[in-house]
Parts: sequence; C-alpha cells; structure tokens
Amino acid sequence: MADVNRGDRPLSPHLQIYRPQITMVLSILHRITGVALTFSMILLVWWFFAGASSAADFETADAILTSPVGIIVLLSSAFGLTYHTFNGIRHLFWDAGFGYDLDTVTTTGWAVVFGAIAATVILLLIAVA
Amino acid sequence: MAEFSLPKNSRMVVGKTWPKPDGADAAKVRTFKIYRWNPDTKENPRIDTYFVDSSKCGPMVLDAIIYIKNEIDQTLTFRRSCREGICGSCAMNIDGANTLACTKGLDEVQGVVRIYPLPHMPVVKDLVPDLTHFYAQHASINPYLDTQTPAPEKEWRQSIEDRKQLDGLYECILCACCSTSCPSYWWNGDRYLGPAALLQSYRWLIDSRDEATGERLDHLEDPFRLYRCHTIMNCAKTCPKGLNPAKAIAEIKKMMVERRV
Repeated sequence: MADVNRGDRPLSPHLQIYRPQITMVLSILHRITGVALTFSMILLVWWFFAGASSAADFETADAILTSPVGIIVLLSSAFGLTYHTFNGIRHLFWDAGFGYDLDTVTTTGWAVVFGAIAATVILLLIAVA
Repeated sequence: MAEFSLPKNSRMVVGKTWPKPDGADAAKVRTFKIYRWNPDTKENPRIDTYFVDSSKCGPMVLDAIIYIKNEIDQTLTFRRSCREGICGSCAMNIDGANTLACTKGLDEVQGVVRIYPLPHMPVVKDLVPDLTHFYAQHASINPYLDTQTPAPEKEWRQSIEDRKQLDGLYECILCACCSTSCPSYWWNGDRYLGPAALLQSYRWLIDSRDEATGERLDHLEDPFRLYRCHTIMNCAKTCPKGLNPAKAIAEIKKMMVERRV
C-alpha cells in the first residue's frame, strides 16, 4: 500500500463521535457475549467441581452463585447465551448469503434482541419453578 | 491492536464561537459545531460554533457550510464539487453518521448540526481527510477490465442479464463513507481493504467480460484483505448511494468457497 506520510496530522475522531447504529452495537454485543460466556462457563464448571468434591465446597459455591450478585451474573449469562445463540443463527444466514437487505438486517437485529430477552425470562421462570 | 481512544495530538478542544447573525428570525437560525484543524499551528483540533440564518442559504448541509465559508469564516476548509451526489467529494460525518453534505438536508438533522471529517483518517485540514491509502487500496484490486482473449473489433458485448449483475455495484462513487464507517476498517485499515475497495473488486469479479476472476480471488485470499469483514453492516447503513457493500463482500466469500468445491 502507499506509504502515507501522516506527519503530525491528527487522527479524525471515530468512536467518540459516531452515533451508535443498531448494526455496530449488535455486532460488538455478539463479541462481548462470546467472551463473557467463557467466564460463565468457568463459573459453571467450578460449581460442578464443588459439587463433586464435598458438601461443604458445594455449599460455598452455591451460596456465592445464588447470592444477589451471583443471580445477576447468572441472569446476564442467560441473556448472553441466548443472544449469542440467536445472533449466531443470524450470522449463519449471512454466511449463506441471505438477509443483507438493510430492512431485514434491522428487523432480524431487533428480533434477536427481543427473542433473547424473552428466552431469558422463560429460563428465569423455569429456574424459579 | 485496536486503539479506541484518540492520540494526544488528536484530542479535540472547545474552539471559537462565532457571532450570531443580526436581526435574524431566531427560529430560522441553525447552530453548527464543526471540526477545525490547522496544519500551520501546533494546536490540537478544535470544535468551532457557527450560527447560520437558514433562510439565507440553500436547503442542504453543503449549502450551509458554503454559506459559512462565504459569509462568516473564509478559513473553513472542505472538499466539494458537483453538489448533486455524484462526485463524492463532500463526504463527511454529519450528525454522527457518514454521508454527502450535498444530499443531506438541513431538515434531516435535529438541533445542533455536528460536522466532523470522515472518521479514523489522518486529517489534512479541517474537514479534509487524507485518502491516499484508501485510493491505493482501490488501485490494488485492479479496477479495470482484465482480459486474455484478443479485443473484439467493436466492443466487449454482454447480455442484458449479465449487465444486470453490475447494478448496485457500478453506482459506487468512491466517497469513502462506507469504509470510514466500518469499525473493522478503523482498527485494521492498514491491511483490511474495506467495504469500498471490496465492492469495487466484486464489480469486476462478477463482470461477465472479465477474465481474471481467479487472480482477483487469489489476491483477496488473505486473513486481512477480505476476511476482516465481520458483517457489522455499518457500510450498508451509511452508504449515501443506497448500495450494499456487505452483500458484495458476502458474494466474494461465497465465490471463495465455490471455487474450492
């Protein structure tokens, strides 16, 4: 590529000034939930391990995971999991060459968000019951 | 590695507030906050505030900034030419999204009109970004008909169906709105070709008369040049010509798979 001499030229503002678009927000949310779910998975494994090692260990792990903070983490993980799954399906359609229309992108985007919220609520109701 | 904050020399400061027009109908006065940077001083970029009586200028954002340059502050620098959305010169970030100042109506912007140069580009002056690298990337995809067979006596002929394949591609005016709206291009623009160059590449890949399809795909078979597209879709969202670079990139990815099976 051409060697651009930037000298002391400033870099024009980007994230600082770009109005958040549903396209870019959902895209970064997909990546954030993907990374965050790795940590959720570690929590889950820790819970299983505690259960397999002793009753006292399980009590400790269970107490932390069912504390108010633990519940918030688990609920966010449930949203992360459902969002990442649904948006993953959206990505599969894109990879096959479908759903690129701007209207379709917006509709499927909102559908994934509300779908994930609904699925999280359903998971919560199942957990409570 | 992506750098999310601006370098020290690029951070913006509050600039000058220019006087309000005398005796103007307050309801007709629009406020403009415009990015300014002067290469002759060592100062950081600043945001100047202007007030324009919208009853004295045309309906578009470009009309307003031409009015500012003519009547208020002659040092304001920007590119413009055709004033009808075909040259791509006046591409800039208006009201938080990239578009052409000449086709963006003042009535489409609520409240203060905020204008910045195209995002994440080296600034030459005020609203003028350095597009050297962007143009070099366009040149790198060989944006011309590449053939082996001897040229026909008259012209290379094409069926109506084959010609239709170029609709939605040939209209691209290379204004750079899409590439500079793409977060992936912001973080990896040195190696990722970006939506504009890739849409142009697909324009030649899908051309029935072109005979260099294999070589073109070879050139794009690279972790960065093509595959930094993560289907974010900001490109299609912002394109002032209503084109869909993301769709074109997806078609290239499909061609890559198809030639392997």
